[in-house]
Amino acid sequence: MGFFHSVHLIEDKCKGCVNCIKRCPTEAIRVRDGKADILEIRCIDCGECVRICPNKAKGVLADNLDAIRDYRYVIALPAPAIYSQFREGTSPEKAISALFMLGFDDVFDVAYAADLVAAKTRKIIQNSKIRPLISSACPAVVRLIQVRFPNLLDHIAQVETPMEIAGRLVKQEAARKTGLREDEIGAFFLSPCPGKVSAVKEPTALEKGSVDGAIPISVIYPRLHEIISRMDIPDRKPMRQGSGPGIGWGRAGGENLSIGADKHLAVDGIHNVSDILEDIERGKLVGISYIEAQACVGGCVGGVLTVENPFITRRRQRMLASETDRQEMDSEQITQMRADLANDRLYCFNWPIYPRPTLKLDDDMSVAIKKLAELEKIVEDLPGLDCGSCGAPNCRALAEDVVRGLASDMDCVFKLRERVQLLAEELLQAAAAVPPSMGAGRKSAEQNATSTDKEGTKL
Amino acid sequence: MTVTNPAESRLCETFVVASRDFASAGAASSKIKRILQQIGADPDTIRRIAVSSYEAEMNLVIHTDNGGQMILDVGPDFVVIVVEDHGPGIADIELAMQPGFSTASDEVREMGFGAGMGLPNMQACADEMEIKSKSGAGTTVRMIFFNR
Repeated sequence: MGFFHSVHLIEDKCKGCVNCIKRCPTEAIRVRDGKADILEIRCIDCGECVRICPNKAKGVLADNLDAIRDYRYVIALPAPAIYSQFREGTSPEKAISALFMLGFDDVFDVAYAADLVAAKTRKIIQNSKIRPLISSACPAVVRLIQVRFPNLLDHIAQVETPMEIAGRLVKQEAARKTGLREDEIGAFFLSPCPGKVSAVKEPTALEKGSVDGAIPISVIYPRLHEIISRMDIPDRKPMRQGSGPGIGWGRAGGENLSIGADKHLAVDGIHNVSDILEDIERGKLVGISYIEAQACVGGCVGGVLTVENPFITRRRQRMLASETDRQEMDSEQITQMRADLANDRLYCFNWPIYPRPTLKLDDDMSVAIKKLAELEKIVEDLPGLDCGSCGAPNCRALAEDVVRGLASDMDCVFKLRERVQLLAEELLQAAAAVPPSMGAGRKSAEQNATSTDKEGTKL
Repeated sequence: MTVTNPAESRLCETFVVASRDFASAGAASSKIKRILQQIGADPDTIRRIAVSSYEAEMNLVIHTDNGGQMILDVGPDFVVIVVEDHGPGIADIELAMQPGFSTASDEVREMGFGAGMGLPNMQACADEMEIKSKSGAGTTVRMIFFNR
């Protein structure tokens, strides 16, 4: 089965350096024939390689603004993280207004769907015996669990992401409002990261997602920025508006704050998330009921498709959340929210999140054990420098590739040098040996060899 | 170190664990978990071994004088883990098996360890467990897991 990946290689820019292979949390990249090769089954679209590549050779496949022309009615679904991208003092309403001016027929605040998810999650925490539960909101983290921590799939909170729920609500409502068919209505997520783009194109636990496309924040930002900074535009309200805590989901820690869960923990940065997941498997996280886990440092504001420095936006996101918190919901909004919360179908997965185990060396366990024994021997024999020159992220990964038949231990430059040295010595010996037909017996050949050695040392 | 008998599919590996080395504590049990994932052991077996090997490793870090070793023996149907150390030994095994009983120092408890759940957790996770110990001499814990 193929996997859609928004993260991809821009071949002519790739120099075959080792930066991305060392950074990848699932060891999904190898350098082959001088170019990075992403192993589809392992890639989780976290975007770490996009971030680290010094040659900008990793791109993100996503929609651009032209895609919205394919629909008769288009709705923008801004991720909460978009609001903090603009200069200090820009209200979410200004950004929403600018989206209308850009050509969207309506705007649905994903922060509102985050509010709904927060309420659902509170219930799930109350009713579940599984501890700790892990947030399902970050698609890169969910995929990390599928690939590297399949034992923890049961821990993922069974509630769809705010983005998917926003899409479901918006399609129904826009169809009702306009009389158009759902396929004539386009819902476009404005995404801070490749992880969400891939979640739109190929959802994890759904046959088909409700959102039609994903436009990177970095693509739409210049146009929005121009409108906001050059024109005096009126504030406009989206068709659903999120609360302050809902907007807070855009930064690390905001989700937990919005859920208000007792005994929760927030972790951000994909490598930190791996460490915490490892601790859960060890049974170390006793007393924690819920874990907010985000692949990007700083949360969604740190996504590779955002534009502003994540430390600045993290602060701004917090400020925007607390300012919005002061505006109270009117009775109409409260009734609306109650109705949306009662609609259970909005929140469910279509099927379970399946494991994507990639570590298994062979389907036959006896064969796998033999391969593993071979692997351990190869590891002992490799220099253990984890230099990456062989194209694998570390010596152990090379050994894995060797027993899988994908690489040779001679891909190791140190092994190769040893071999060349050996060959050179043999060559030297062969060169020094004079055949008997040329008048030299075995003895004189040996003398020859030693005298060359001596000369060699003199030099 | 790896020892294998090519006639049967069996893998034997030894992991050395240093006493008081909290910084790298957990490394051996992580390696064991990865090995089990690589051979395709079933998820529940991996989970049980991940928990118990971590507890055993922490016991070596927290309680031993000179560290110890964990010997992993893997076959297609079973996994055996033997944890050995040379002291100080357990004075009263029955008492040590009581949930909540611990001889860990306050310093260790402040670090979040020494809750007295190590041996009981290992017992709960393993299909079979055997402890041999002599006060002043050392302890050997042998755990067997059947790959279900």
